[in-house]
Formats: sequence, structure tokens, C-alpha cells
Amino acid sequence: MAETTRSLTDLFGILGSRRDSDAAPAADASVANVAEAAYPTKALHKFIASLQGADNPLLLDLGPVVGSNVTFFGEQLGCRLRVEDIAKDIDRHVKDGTLDQLPEFFAKRFTQAPGTVDGILCWDVLDYLERPAAQALGTALSRLLRPDGCLLGFFSTADHREAIYTKYVVVDGNALRYRTYPASRPRQRSLLNGDIIKLFKDLRVTDSFLMKSKLREMLFRKPAPRT
Amino acid sequence: MVNIGKSVVIKGELSGSEDLTIEGHVEGRIDLKGNVLTIGPNGKIKAEVFAKSVVVLGEVTGNVTASEKVDIRDNGSVDGDIASPRVAIAEGAHFRGSVDMQRAGQQKNQQQQQQKAAATPPQGQQPNQPQQNQPQPQGQRVGA
Repeated sequence: MAETTRSLTDLFGILGSRRDSDAAPAADASVANVAEAAYPTKALHKFIASLQGADNPLLLDLGPVVGSNVTFFGEQLGCRLRVEDIAKDIDRHVKDGTLDQLPEFFAKRFTQAPGTVDGILCWDVLDYLERPAAQALGTALSRLLRPDGCLLGFFSTADHREAIYTKYVVVDGNALRYRTYPASRPRQRSLLNGDIIKLFKDLRVTDSFLMKSKLREMLFRKPAPRT
Repeated sequence: MVNIGKSVVIKGELSGSEDLTIEGHVEGRIDLKGNVLTIGPNGKIKAEVFAKSVVVLGEVTGNVTASEKVDIRDNGSVDGDIASPRVAIAEGAHFRGSVDMQRAGQQKNQQQQQQKAAATPPQGQQPNQPQQNQPQPQGQRVGA
């Protein structure tokens, strides 16, 4: 608890201004499209550092497949990466009108054995879920993590009503591009810090940053069992 | 460079020591461990794939193992697990599965450990005695 409190002192570690992407001028529309703005991230490099000691770590990515991210994490960590696109699951349940079944679905969603995953890139998927479904997903992810394993979660603090998902494209360990695409539902109510911690009650918050992009970046770690 | 055309259907095991481009259909196993395999835009593969380097512009269903690189290009599709030290997935490509990008050094260490383990015979067994489950080299089988 004391560690949690201490880590929350970092909560308002607000960063500098938005970082502009590469200086090369956009010659035409297609080039301009590629040259999206990059936003700083404080938690990503800590997430990577926490996994760098592991031999061939298993990483679970809950976002859509982003080719450059696959390359990035592979080169940084020499990892096994499993992409499990939760947004697709949400869209399917919205389409079928079965959102109320999401908690049961998430409880059985993952095929990996408990305690075998070294790192989880949760991104902001929990923002799109109602409380019971978010809790079920949080519990399932906590169970998958190995002791000392690490989870990176993003939580919006802004009130969005647009039905869009965001792909987080890694530029490097300190910057991300936000690429939006259509979603079947908007973000649900913003989660408060205490609510987020309750979603992962078996994990410990190690770092928390509130970014100027109104995104709260949080790192969780599963405590190792006491010997 | 060998080319398997659009109208060709192969069921079985395909192995060789030349670079290969597949525009047709292959089901089974493809073994080009020292060479480059290209699945062309019309190629449809349902197979376990082993090659030095794999470029996917068509469809692959099955696990892909490459000692150097797997490159899934725009409109290419892989449904299966990939094991390779380098993987590139283009925007617009489809991929479902897991990626194992073990570093080259780690792979070598593991291979060495496996070789050591294989060279150490269990009690009552001679070294270099072929293991029952080891895959034996097989030639190309075309048609079925």
C-alpha cells in the first residue's frame, strides 16, 4: 500500500508539449498522412526495461496488429508476441447485441496458461467497457501475468463521445503516434484512479503518469510470491 | 528461381535448394531452409513453412518459420504462428497468430543446447543413433 501511495506521487508528472514528428516537410497529401504528430510516452520505456532481463519473454498485445510495433518489440525484446485484438471482440458483441455476455466471454477468452505471460500491452481497451466487463478482463489479465510480470494500461481522462478507437503506433520508447479508426461504440465513463486500481487488485501500481494528451499511463506489476 | 504457376495444385511435401515463388495452391509442408520463398498475390498456402526468408503477398494458413526474415506485404495474409528473428508486417496486411522473434544469439544458444542434449545418449543408447521422432529428409512429392 505504501508503495502504491508513493508511486502515485508521480501521477502528475506532466510532460512537455506535444512532440512534432520528423522535420521533413510534407510534399503532398499522402506524405502528410504519414507524418502524423507523435506524442510523448513516459511508461513505455519503463515497460520495455522491465522485460529486457527476461529470456524470450511472452508479450500479449490487446490492440490491433500494427506491423511496426511487432518489429519494434521483436527487436527490443526478442520476444514472443501474441496479438489478441479486444476491439474486435467488443465490435462483435455490439453487432450481435450481446454486450451483457462480455464478462463471461473475457473470463474464458485467453488460451494461455495462468502465470505464463511476461508483459501485457493493454493500451486503452478498458475505456470501452462497462464496469463488469472491465473487471472480468482485468481479472483475466492479472491471472495470466507471471510473478514480476508487467502490464501497461492507458486510460483517458477526457470526456469523449466519438465512436473511435486509437491505434498506438510506437515511434520509439519515448513516443507514440495516435492513429484513430472507427469503433462500434464510444469510450464509456472515464475511470478514476481508484477504479483502475480495483480492476487489477492482484497487481501493484508501479508508475502512473498523467500526460498532456489527457491520457493516464499506468504500469502495473504482479508481486512475486514471498519466499 | 523456380515459379509455381497459378493453375498448379500441390498436396504433400515440397522441398528444395532454390528460391521459389508460388502463385498456385500448396497444401502440406514447404521446406526451403536455405532459400527465399515468395508467396505471390495469387498464391494460397495451407502448410507448415520453413525457409530462410519468406515474403507473403498472397494467403498463408499455417505456421511460418524463417531463419532470417518474414515479410508480410500489403494485402498479404498469414493465419498462423510466425517464428523468425525479423518480422515485417505492412499496413493493410492481415495477420492472426503469434510472433516469436527470438534474437539470433538466443536461437543459436538454444540450438547448441539442443544439439548437446541430442549428442548425450540416454543410458544404453549409442550416440548418433537416429531418434524415432526426428523428421527424415524427403524429396518433393507433387500431386496426390
